[in-house]
Amino acid sequence: MTQQVALSLYRRVVLIREFEERLKLLVERGVPVGAVHYYTGQEAVAAAVCEALAPSDWIASTHRGHGHCLAKGVDPKPMMAELYGKATGTNRGKGGSMHITDISLGVLGVNPIVGMGVPHAVGAALSARVRGADEIAVAFFGEGATSMGVVHESMNLAAIWKLPVVFVCENNGYAQATPVEYAVAADRISDRAAAYRMPGETVDGQDVRAVYAAASAAVERARAGGGPSLIECMTYRYYGHHQGDDPLRYRTAAEQTAARERDCVRRAREWLLADGYADESTVVAIEDEIRRRIDEAVDFAEASPLPAAHELLTDVYVPEAR
Amino acid sequence: MSAPVLTAGAVRELSFGQAINEALRQAMRRDPTVIVMGEDIAGAAGRAHLGLVDAWGGPLRATRGLIQEFGPERIIDTPISEMAFVGAAVGAAMTGLRPVVEIMFVDLIGCCYDQIANQAAKMHYMMGGKIRLPLVIRTAYGTHDFERSYGGGAAAQHSQTLYAILAHVPGLKVVVPSSAYNAKGLTLAAIADDGPVVVLEHKFLGGVAKGPVPEEEYTLPIGRAEIVRHGRDVTLCGIGRMTHVCLAAAELLAAEEIDAEVVDVLTLAPLDEGTICESVARTHRLVVVDEDTPTASMARDIAARVADRAFDWLDAPIRTVTAPEAPVPFAAVLERLYVPKAAQVAAVARELVG
Repeated sequence: MTQQVALSLYRRVVLIREFEERLKLLVERGVPVGAVHYYTGQEAVAAAVCEALAPSDWIASTHRGHGHCLAKGVDPKPMMAELYGKATGTNRGKGGSMHITDISLGVLGVNPIVGMGVPHAVGAALSARVRGADEIAVAFFGEGATSMGVVHESMNLAAIWKLPVVFVCENNGYAQATPVEYAVAADRISDRAAAYRMPGETVDGQDVRAVYAAASAAVERARAGGGPSLIECMTYRYYGHHQGDDPLRYRTAAEQTAARERDCVRRAREWLLADGYADESTVVAIEDEIRRRIDEAVDFAEASPLPAAHELLTDVYVPEAR
Repeated sequence: MSAPVLTAGAVRELSFGQAINEALRQAMRRDPTVIVMGEDIAGAAGRAHLGLVDAWGGPLRATRGLIQEFGPERIIDTPISEMAFVGAAVGAAMTGLRPVVEIMFVDLIGCCYDQIANQAAKMHYMMGGKIRLPLVIRTAYGTHDFERSYGGGAAAQHSQTLYAILAHVPGLKVVVPSSAYNAKGLTLAAIADDGPVVVLEHKFLGGVAKGPVPEEEYTLPIGRAEIVRHGRDVTLCGIGRMTHVCLAAAELLAAEEIDAEVVDVLTLAPLDEGTICESVARTHRLVVVDEDTPTASMARDIAARVADRAFDWLDAPIRTVTAPEAPVPFAAVLERLYVPKAAQVAAVARELVG
């Protein structure tokens, strides 16, 4: 791995961690940001998968989508402003946490109807083929979504049409409060891939290097015309399903502590230093720079105007092209 | 590309399905980003012994022959996966294509309603207007009261008129053509639109929809109703095949010297209240005829809007003629009872005028 990639991976995990931790502080301070689903704990997945993509590639995200958006390059300023419901937000204040998008960066949308973003990635890959574009698409989804028919239908479509799609399942163990071992009749979700004639692999989703290796291989395969693949990333969300959920109602403290011992950000930092990709001062400089960006994002969001009343009725229909 | 004037000798007669086929063909010739997807829109896709000859061409045969001209890359047979292929069309529409998706029957809308109502319809609004989503969903609907043999004969899950649940969702445009001429113009308008448009195509229009269709491409405006018969005494407002039922009712009434005006609604969302209300302002009476069941229906929505906006013009209560509050029955004798008919419409109109 090049130093450039190693440092970029670290920037991405730290950016997501710092954004989410600041957001959590804001929520606890009473800033009205609506319903949010923190990505904290799962950063390695979004960071490593998006590191393996080109800017022109597409991603479809989930209700827990802040990490995917940041990793794909969405600017924290309009993202934070969107959470504040401001006119300067990514969606001009009309989407909020569960709909953050920047189509110009290849984000097809954060999607809170579980599983429903997955076929959008399949469609983007189909679109790329018809347009003759060298673009691939990633569908992120949780293990809970694998109980949705649409996910299976989408895998089947991608497989019969041999489309350049990478299906990335983030198995964080819980669909809201429902544990995966209760809800999914498979030992590993990656086993599902066999039913669709595609490779399936389970990786440590709290290890940015492991996810990057699997994602790079899947992306390369998709780009070379080898069709779709499925990567299951074993991960953990540190907080509840959403900001108001206390996970200790359904998870043990011991389990939570064990997950934090495998923390992806800390492990990435240790690895950078141990393998000589960076020294302490370089790592600290990255962290400081990202904290500054988050400060600026919060300042930007707070200083931004609210949407004007007439915005209630704009954008209902897509206007004629100008 | 506005609507041409029909002149004698300049046009051929096409059936409803042929007109839609021509619209698809012309749009695909002009724009390489237009693709068509759906179950058996070609049929037997890719079977070596058939070459690129389609075995099916969709339920209205509206896509027949397209695969020969455009190939399987753009005429895409899908498995029975409405949720995924409508979702894929949404994704394709967000990323530079103009997909035309066929859902074989509107009765199947439950299999993909999220992709239509939650995804396609709301995406532009939720994303603050920063995307285009040029998606067309074509779907067949409707019952019949054929005198001989079966009615539509497809019973409760293959005969519905489920357009109100589509028109209800902000962001979706919903059109219901009634003739070959307006089917071509509205289909081309739907493809040209940068947002999601649902086109509902009645399965049993048959001969009444056949008519002259210009060969050139043209669009008809989405959101515009059309007065298809002028009259002074009562407005009969029809949707899809019910427009023909209204015209037949108008003939019955004419024999009694009641002069009925007929409005073809054509677009359910956004509804052209203006044209309907202006007609009522002239005739002072309104009967809305809808093949759908009555609760939360387009018929009652139109009635309520006219009551809100044009009450002072009315000389009689607004009446609706709809299917009864029941699933579509199978037996032909029952389906004939189910479907609104010209004699019923005429009887209601007569009460208002009398």
